[in-house]
Amino acid sequence: MKISRLSMVFIAITLIFGLTGPSASEDINPEFKDLLREGLRTKGSVQLERFLSLDATQKFCSDSNVNINSDEAGQLMSKALQQIQYPADGSYLGDWTEGEKIAQSGKGLRFNDTNDTENGGNCYACHQIRKDELAYGTLGPSLYQYGKLRGYSDEVLRYTWAKIFNPQAFLMCSNMPRYGHNGILTVKQMRNILALLLDPQSPVNE
Amino acid sequence: MIRRIVVTVLISVFWCGQLFAEDETAAGIQEYRDLLSDGNPAELWVLSGEELWFTSVGPKGTSLETCDLGKGPGVVRGAYVELPRYFPDVKKVMDLEQRLIHCRMAIQGLSYSDVTSYPFTKTGQETSEIEMLVAFIASESRGMHMNIPLEHAEEQKMFDLGEQIFYFRAGSHDFGCITCHSGDNRRIRLQELPNFRNQDQARKTYGSWPAYRVSAGEVRTMQHRLYDCFRQQRFPEAIYGHDMITALIMFLAKSADGGVYNAPAMKR
Ligand code: HEC
Ligand code: HEC
Repeated sequence: MKISRLSMVFIAITLIFGLTGPSASEDINPEFKDLLREGLRTKGSVQLERFLSLDATQKFCSDSNVNINSDEAGQLMSKALQQIQYPADGSYLGDWTEGEKIAQSGKGLRFNDTNDTENGGNCYACHQIRKDELAYGTLGPSLYQYGKLRGYSDEVLRYTWAKIFNPQAFLMCSNMPRYGHNGILTVKQMRNILALLLDPQSPVNE
Repeated sequence: MIRRIVVTVLISVFWCGQLFAEDETAAGIQEYRDLLSDGNPAELWVLSGEELWFTSVGPKGTSLETCDLGKGPGVVRGAYVELPRYFPDVKKVMDLEQRLIHCRMAIQGLSYSDVTSYPFTKTGQETSEIEMLVAFIASESRGMHMNIPLEHAEEQKMFDLGEQIFYFRAGSHDFGCITCHSGDNRRIRLQELPNFRNQDQARKTYGSWPAYRVSAGEVRTMQHRLYDCFRQQRFPEAIYGHDMITALIMFLAKSADGGVYNAPAMKR
């Protein structure tokens, strides 16, 4: 009895989803959207309307009961992987001293920043990186000796670039920002960050 | 700023002496001494806020003594631990700061811009009246338990909206409250992040706001805390006193339900 009722519910749910499409294609509930539209305002470099137009990934990850192992998650991840742009000339490494500055800086894209502020990566907010920087956060794993532990192969270079470009290509709803995909860092900045992690001379790999 | 407050408090204690019975003055001075030995400068805001509560101001020349914070006109004790709540007179859910905006406009006849244009004290400038009033009202709930029943449909609705905001990930960095406040023992740089999905942490955290911020040298309210988290999460600017923030506060307050309230606290 119980099982058949459950399976009916299951069929019903499948039907509803089959007809209305997956949740990611639905827009944010209008009442909620209005609340945000009225309670927030454009300031500095943060545009309200731009902010309110979520992409499929943001919609998917805003669900309090998100299932990051669902088929939909799988589709979003493979799309993210396809969209990664690798450096055209195949050169991944810039200057690690510049990379360190980017990793330190939390500037950019806040409402108190102006459009001409150069965006930082703020990697230290979440990661240990150089050993002598003690003010690091623990939202993400330690990146100390990143290259030394993983090696400096092309594969590692490519993966690391892709991970920073769009972490959600590897882990759906990762807490890490999509630095390349969302245009937070430029290609040049990405190279410098990569050098911080993967230049054998970088203090990260001492 | 503190020095100015100390002076204000001293003057007001002195001034009270002229108006009220002798023993009340003595009690006031004793209270003041106790707070200083207690070491939390927030107490100075509490005293100024109390004074402000009883001071007649605005076009109507009235004090806030008839303001109903949910427990009847003029009842301050225990009000904070039951906020936000539904107020039948305005038919909506309000947090403390919204309710103060309402009372100051309705009772004292001040304009909306009078009461909302300077919510957070800027460095080197005069102390915001809101921060003083909030510190006072909050302190009158010390030691009580957070009690947010969500009985009214509007209260439940605000809670649900607040929960949605908590999980909402958007903006250039895809951040939501959930990004920084859903795991145990996490830090941003060296700042510890409370996990609001853990009831103990939610109680301890919510129960400590408003707080005297050593880094700012000011008392900050819950609205200010959230204003700054919105900034950090690369959201547009939050409008002071808006329902959106009340909804979020409703969610946080309910997450802390049952916890012992102990603010204004002192923080980094
Ligand atoms: C808001 C937090 C946050 C910020 C800021 C952040 N990360 Fe991360 N990062 C994470 C989290 C969480 C993980 C682990 C989960 C995952 O793999 O997505 C991670 C994983 C990584 C990994 C993968 C590690 C591995 O072993 O595969 C790399 C590389 C990385 N981050 C680099 C960076 C760099 C470089 C920056 C700055 C430009 C940065 N992160 C900024 C949170 C963050
Ligand atoms: C990018 C990271 C980040 C995001 C996103 C974020 N916060 Fe915070 N939050 C912090 C940090 C860092 C602190 C501690 C700040 C300090 O100590 O000065 C904090 C502190 C707080 C506190 C006070 C904690 C205490 O111990 O007293 C509250 C309450 C809070 N946040 C709520 C929220 C809510 C609600 C949201 C979503 C609207 C949010 N935060 C989004 C980083 C964040």
